[in-house]
Amino acid sequence: MTATAPQMRILIIEDDRESADYLVKAFREVGYIADLASDGEEGLSMADSGDYDVLVVDRMLPKRDGLSLIGSLRDKGNRTPVLILSALGQVDDRIKGLRAGGDDYLPKPYSFAELLARVEVLSRRNVGPAEETVYRVGDLELDRLSHRVARGKDELTLQPREFRLLEYLMKHAGQVVTRTMLLENVWDYHFDPQTNVIDVHISRLRSKIDKGFERPLLHTIRGAGYMIRDGIR
Amino acid sequence: MTAFGKLIRTTAFRLTLVYLLLFALFAASLLAYFAWNTRRLITEQISTTVNAEIGEITDIYNRRGLRGLQGTMANRALRPGANLYLVTTPNGQALAGNVGALAPGVMNVQGWTETAYRRLDDQDNTDHRALVRVTELTNGFRLLVGRDLEERRRLFGIVAKAAQWSILVVVVLGIGGGIFVARRVLHRIDAMTGTTQRIMAGDLSGRLPVGRSGDELDRLAENLNAMLERIEALMTGLKEVSDNIAHDLKTPLTRLRNRAEEALAKSGCEADYRAALERTIEESDGLIRTFNALLMIARAESGQARGNMNDFDGADVANGIHELYEPLAEDDGMTLQVKTGPAPIHGNRELISQALANLVENAIKYGKPGAGVQPLNAQASEILIEARREGDQVLLSVTDHGPGIPEGDRKHAVERFVRLEASRTLPGSGLGLSLASAVATLHGGELRLGDAHPGLVATLVLPARAGSSDRLAAQTQDVPQKAA
Repeated sequence: MTATAPQMRILIIEDDRESADYLVKAFREVGYIADLASDGEEGLSMADSGDYDVLVVDRMLPKRDGLSLIGSLRDKGNRTPVLILSALGQVDDRIKGLRAGGDDYLPKPYSFAELLARVEVLSRRNVGPAEETVYRVGDLELDRLSHRVARGKDELTLQPREFRLLEYLMKHAGQVVTRTMLLENVWDYHFDPQTNVIDVHISRLRSKIDKGFERPLLHTIRGAGYMIRDGIR
Repeated sequence: MTAFGKLIRTTAFRLTLVYLLLFALFAASLLAYFAWNTRRLITEQISTTVNAEIGEITDIYNRRGLRGLQGTMANRALRPGANLYLVTTPNGQALAGNVGALAPGVMNVQGWTETAYRRLDDQDNTDHRALVRVTELTNGFRLLVGRDLEERRRLFGIVAKAAQWSILVVVVLGIGGGIFVARRVLHRIDAMTGTTQRIMAGDLSGRLPVGRSGDELDRLAENLNAMLERIEALMTGLKEVSDNIAHDLKTPLTRLRNRAEEALAKSGCEADYRAALERTIEESDGLIRTFNALLMIARAESGQARGNMNDFDGADVANGIHELYEPLAEDDGMTLQVKTGPAPIHGNRELISQALANLVENAIKYGKPGAGVQPLNAQASEILIEARREGDQVLLSVTDHGPGIPEGDRKHAVERFVRLEASRTLPGSGLGLSLASAVATLHGGELRLGDAHPGLVATLVLPARAGSSDRLAAQTQDVPQKAA
């Protein structure tokens, strides 16, 4: 995997020893620097002093709960992106978490692929916002102002939702984007469809941007999601 | 003793006692006022008569002298029920009248006196009391005119007796009434307590007795019963959930375990392990989904998700779900249509979207034309999402033209984990309709299943947002105007 940022630093604040060790190990395996804090107070002081790209915070922690930890960080002006992990997966809990200053919310149990994809997307905020007007991946071009999409010399006509789907994928070009992330960010639904509804949308988009071209840009990442990028793995 | 103690400690009894005291005080003061006024009236009457007679007698004395006085005295003294008369000489000797004896010194004081006396013609030797006035005539003679107070005393006695009796009656009736009321209340409260104790002991089906009078205790009992109804429903739901978890989550868990075991037992190549692990992850994802759905249903049913309610248009939800599922339906060889009108809702948009999504997923999965139906009929593969308002209700419906659900099975279909015969082979948790139903219930509505001839109409019936009828009212007003 080609990480977009060099040596991302992650702080994991989680009291369950086993899942914390698993996370640290898994993040290190993909080449990140991962530190661990096992309670709220320790987590707060480490987050405060260390220079981290992303914090992964469990909601229920000893000494100081996750939401209050995020609250005090934000009060001090610390804007490090935070991903909240919680066993409380319901919609209102998610909203509560985001209101407290979290940037993303992932209910337990989660897959590491999902967590990794979300952490990578979050950390890019530290590198700088990707707010260019024109996104480019290979010879694919998307103009966010004029809503024009072209591949090479061919003008492509996309439905509004297809445009937003492609926009989101291209905004995070080179990063894995999971199905739930797409459902949340493109459609703004936070439930879990029982069917492969996202895959169908992707395959429609794919037939428009990749069909008839030699180099496919929209890739399916097995067990994780999708990624748009130039170049074959 | 304890029963009586309980009785007199009741609020009803205490209130009765307070009222009793107040009423007795009231009755006593009323009687006292009455007695005092009567006494004053009688005294006034006596003094008026006595004054008049003294005037008359003095006049006669002045005109006709002592002889005339004696004549009148004799005359008047003999009348039945006569007043008291006495004339004495300047040295105090009785000269005329009907008074036999007087308290000593009465004749020496001029003016009004209340005194004991005895009549001349009295047979019994008892003293009577009278109100008398003594005046001095010319030449030192003294005249006494008075009236017996027997009448006044008797009247006073009647009033006093009336007071005694009425207070006695008030007290007896009051205490009796108090005991009666207190016992009645106590009886009902005891019945309630008994029931609640039974309920606390675990029998949730018990209900408090409700009388027919509709009084405050009945209303209390009704409210408590409604509360018990809710608690019982929640408990039943909880029990069902745990039963279902036990039953239906164990099956996939067993499958999961078997696969892992099988993969471990068989020595295979890396690809085999990979495949086994992938299937394991797939299976556990399915389990997580089922678990989430169950939790969500439980939350919706217990009313916990009542937060996050907003105003929105059901038409937007219908359009959004149509947009999301349209390609999926098409891939499955069906057409997904949408028809919307204004459908103002106050509710949890996310949950309602999910409920509608479940209905659409069901229609795509199960709504394919049945074996007996002409497959070439274009309408047969059409699924219609509709959002509209009907009176004070908003209807979000999904219509398919598949085999539908037989009328007898519809109620059953909404229950958790129920997968009707025809659908057992298809993937799914069997929770879609239950969740939709729970969401509808949470919003004060219901999930209605009907017949689309052929096919199924699943409708989320939700209350329309209050205060949003203006536009609709304006529309309905337009119609007759155009017609006229």
